[in-house]
Amino acid sequence: MAAAQSKNMTTLQVKRFKPSENPTNTYLTDEKGVWAWMTTVDHKKIGLMYLVAVAFFFALAGFLAIALRTELWTPAKTFIEADTYNQLFTLHGAMMVFFVLVPSIPAALGNFVLPMQLGAKDVAFPRLNLASFYIYVIGAVFTFISLANNGFDTGWTFYTPYSSDTNSLGVIWVTLGVFILGFSSILTGTNFITTIHKLRAPGITWDKLPLNIWALYATSVIQVLATPVLAITILLLSMENILDIGIFDPAKGGDPVLYQHFFWFYSHPAVYIMIVPGFGIISEVITTFSKKHIFGYWAIALSSLAIAFIGFLVWGHHMFTSGQSAVATTVFSFLTFLVGIPTGIKILNWVATLYKGSIEMKTPMLYVFIFLFLFTIGGFTGIMLGALSVDIHLHDTYYVVAHFHYVMMGGTLMALLAGLHYWWPKMTGKMYNETLGKISAVLIFIGFNMTFLPQFVMGAQGMPRRYYNYIDQFQPFHQTSTIGSYILGAAFLIILYYLVRSLFGGEKASANPWNSRGLEWQATSPPDFHNFDHTPVVINGPYDYHKPMEEFQLGLAVEHNGHGHGEHHEVKTDQTEKA
Amino acid sequence: MANHSASHPAHVQHHFVDSDQQFESAKMGMWVFLVNEILFFGGLFCAYIVFRAWYPELFTQAALELNKLWGGVNTIVLIGSSLTVAMAIRSAQKNQIKGLRINLLITIALACVFMVIKYFEYEHKLHLGIAPGSFWNPTPEILEELSHPKANIFFGIYYMMTGVHGLHVLVGIGLMIWLYIRAGKGHFSSEYYTPVEITGLYWHLVDLIWIFLFPLLYLIE
Amino acid sequence: MGRLFDFMLPENKSPLTADSTDGLFHFINEVSLILLIGITFALIYFAFKYKRKSEDDKTPLITHNNTLEITWSVIPLLITLVIFGWGYSGWLNLKAVPDDAYEIQVTGFKWNWAVNYENGAQTLNEIHVPKGRPVKIVLQSRDVLHSFFVPDYRVKHDAVPGRYTYVWFQAEEVGESVVFCTEYCGTSHSDMLAKIIVHEPEDFETWLELNGGGPSGTPVEQGEALVVQQGCQTCHSVDGSAGLAPTFKGLFGKEEQLNDGSSLTVDENYLRESILNPGAKVVNGYENIMPPYEGILSDDEITNIIEYIKTLE
Repeated sequence: MAAAQSKNMTTLQVKRFKPSENPTNTYLTDEKGVWAWMTTVDHKKIGLMYLVAVAFFFALAGFLAIALRTELWTPAKTFIEADTYNQLFTLHGAMMVFFVLVPSIPAALGNFVLPMQLGAKDVAFPRLNLASFYIYVIGAVFTFISLANNGFDTGWTFYTPYSSDTNSLGVIWVTLGVFILGFSSILTGTNFITTIHKLRAPGITWDKLPLNIWALYATSVIQVLATPVLAITILLLSMENILDIGIFDPAKGGDPVLYQHFFWFYSHPAVYIMIVPGFGIISEVITTFSKKHIFGYWAIALSSLAIAFIGFLVWGHHMFTSGQSAVATTVFSFLTFLVGIPTGIKILNWVATLYKGSIEMKTPMLYVFIFLFLFTIGGFTGIMLGALSVDIHLHDTYYVVAHFHYVMMGGTLMALLAGLHYWWPKMTGKMYNETLGKISAVLIFIGFNMTFLPQFVMGAQGMPRRYYNYIDQFQPFHQTSTIGSYILGAAFLIILYYLVRSLFGGEKASANPWNSRGLEWQATSPPDFHNFDHTPVVINGPYDYHKPMEEFQLGLAVEHNGHGHGEHHEVKTDQTEKA
Repeated sequence: MANHSASHPAHVQHHFVDSDQQFESAKMGMWVFLVNEILFFGGLFCAYIVFRAWYPELFTQAALELNKLWGGVNTIVLIGSSLTVAMAIRSAQKNQIKGLRINLLITIALACVFMVIKYFEYEHKLHLGIAPGSFWNPTPEILEELSHPKANIFFGIYYMMTGVHGLHVLVGIGLMIWLYIRAGKGHFSSEYYTPVEITGLYWHLVDLIWIFLFPLLYLIE
Repeated sequence: MGRLFDFMLPENKSPLTADSTDGLFHFINEVSLILLIGITFALIYFAFKYKRKSEDDKTPLITHNNTLEITWSVIPLLITLVIFGWGYSGWLNLKAVPDDAYEIQVTGFKWNWAVNYENGAQTLNEIHVPKGRPVKIVLQSRDVLHSFFVPDYRVKHDAVPGRYTYVWFQAEEVGESVVFCTEYCGTSHSDMLAKIIVHEPEDFETWLELNGGGPSGTPVEQGEALVVQQGCQTCHSVDGSAGLAPTFKGLFGKEEQLNDGSSLTVDENYLRESILNPGAKVVNGYENIMPPYEGILSDDEITNIIEYIKTLE
């Protein structure tokens, strides 16, 4: 057995058991009260706290998006001033990127699921995990202080010299906020890498890691390698504002293009910090709802790592019109196409997974289909933008805006919604309303395309981004887009409604409502404080859907020298194996 | 909550299987964090490389304003402190708590010496008006030696690099004081000295970064 | 040309710079559309064909297929290599200015484009060019980053303070094309538009002669021309209406409250200081957003502007 590889074991007794359908003691009932929540080191509760915080910022930034779209109903002023508009789009971008997309999947869902999928009781450093949440909160507080100090209107990219010349106080606060926030991301990444290396349950060899873990692993590597560079860039930018040190300011002898290199060295890999964990969720959901072994396990796992690696070498494709050197431009364009290949491989492997499956179109699966469609468009338009001559035309137009919304919203957010619906029963122990779930998924699909498809067209026709005013010929596109954004907004309200309602009146979820083979589903719903009663011993792969469910029970180590506690546990013995 | 049984020593947190797993996790986590730190400083080194490539004469000229002697002394001080922190870990492994505490104290003292020398170096430069950013206001004599129009940028980089490094030294001092107190309370033994080990790793990195900073900033010919 | 995605692009008015770009744009769109339809069809087909019939459905174990993996890695790789090469050659063409190009200096500043021609003619937000001849626009910026974008010509480049950049094109029809600023630059970023006006070569020469040789007329007239041409009116109105900066109307001799609490009477010296170093004394209620004109305007020009402001009572 694979379990014997763990060095602490000589012989191992493996029994099979089923999780209780009526858990009496879960992580939600274990400690109660606000203080217990705020000081908890439990990865599941921290994950939920992140989820609430991310949802809060998503609502806020989404509301700003609706306001922006409303303003764009007419050229010139519809209801807010140009300066307000500029601040709102900056805030929308900065919040969505730093407060929603970056932490959404790893810190919220990942925190909840990762230790469970590894059969661990917690992440390697639970206190750091809690600290990373509070660092996130402090970063948010700094951003709000910035808003109270004139705010900032630099665009989320903080390009110098605009950001170092104007509006200093607001920019100083928000850049310090982003600096602090970076450490939250770094700590999560450090924690996950260590957890994946050191805390895997017996039997989980590298070839039995769920693809979600591979994706989170690749993400963590990027977080650890890229975020510190953002931290130092943002620190230099703050110093530029506070002390005028002049490294990026041409008026003082510095170079603004250098700032762009620094910024995109983080911010391009950051795109993969946002999307790669989404890939992990897609692999989990698509196998569960097609009851099928994943097609091309290693292709998907290694392509995540390939994306993480090549993703570091393409930052210059944001700067084709900036005045960077010709050689750099050529190389960055070439490498950009290379990073497209592993992404394409993933999509085709997921489609192939469906072949001869047993497909059930539940809400999470619906989101996977939406993801595959929208993200494919996002990918193709990315190829368009990687092509040098075409990018010269499309750079900084609405085409780019539409492209990154297709990738980030159509990709990451759809994956997040798939994961949220998929793991909701596990997290809360409650089922949501399936009909409302499907209705809102369809509405999101319609609203999303209505919002962003017209933006491809007007962008290619020349409509620049970050424009408060625009020339009349673009108005029909803007108006269609605005109506689409209202539909999107309504769909998110429906989701909020039925998810919240499920908490109070939802049907009770069984331990494994989707008949998944994933390890996290072999615990109770909601899980015990320690996830599993005993350290589980994993015998089957995470995608062994070809085996009947009866053969797929979880093993548990009886004479394992590790967790001595749990002797009180009653074991259903079906069969005993020698390790 | 966790009902620790006899096989679970007090220092092992509930979610680890055993002491070894905890030790290895902590060590790995620290290594990952150090990679972070290297990239963090890497950004500054990049800024340094770019500007040095653009204005090589600026760097030779400006380096003359830095005091090689005290920079050298500081290098020796930090290397010495790396040695003592390694000896502290050795003492912990051998269960010599007294040796552990003495070595920590020497390390703290050396780190403080480093900061004091750094303080006088800064003090001297600020006195001459070689200050960062908008405080840049060198005296006429200095301006004659530092005629390069972008001298302010060199010192912008200098203050950022040494300043961020100095902050790391201060954090290190804080950590070692904390270790010293914990050692006094008898928290460490040859069974459990993880915090000493990983603080030592951190300290070596702080030392290593200085070993790069010193020649890059002070010893340009 | 009547291709499938023609509706997405603006009219091509500079074939020498736009043809390659347009061709690649259509190629990528068409290949993408075919692949997207394929993937979507596979998704929908599988969803119906392999719909779950019962909870006990058995599925086969298909772990991987190396032939397939290699196929769908290599084919996209080849396609993207074609796209890279095509985009690269188009981009080289955008970089390679023809030798006989007519050169025009364009300076971006908040929130205008100042245009200077070889014979001293100056315009603001209007770029006059001859038809059928390559034109090289040399870009610079006086304050923050701007970006010079002409959709009709498919050219774009950032204007970076402290360095020169360029774009080139060759307009083949008489008419007008819009220029956008596409690098975010603050409050009126979206109003930082300009027009390229294409003339017949003879008409262009005439225009150039009429406008060459710098400003003429009385100091006040010259001052007025400078105020228009330097884009002062973007923020300072001349008719008393509110703007991002104090109006010029009635400014001279006015008692102004400064943002440090002190007050002063606007005189020649204050106006001169505010043109050369706008941040020194900022009127209360306004922000310091004006770029300094040190080294941009000569002493005579400043005097003329002040004379003009004096007349606006």
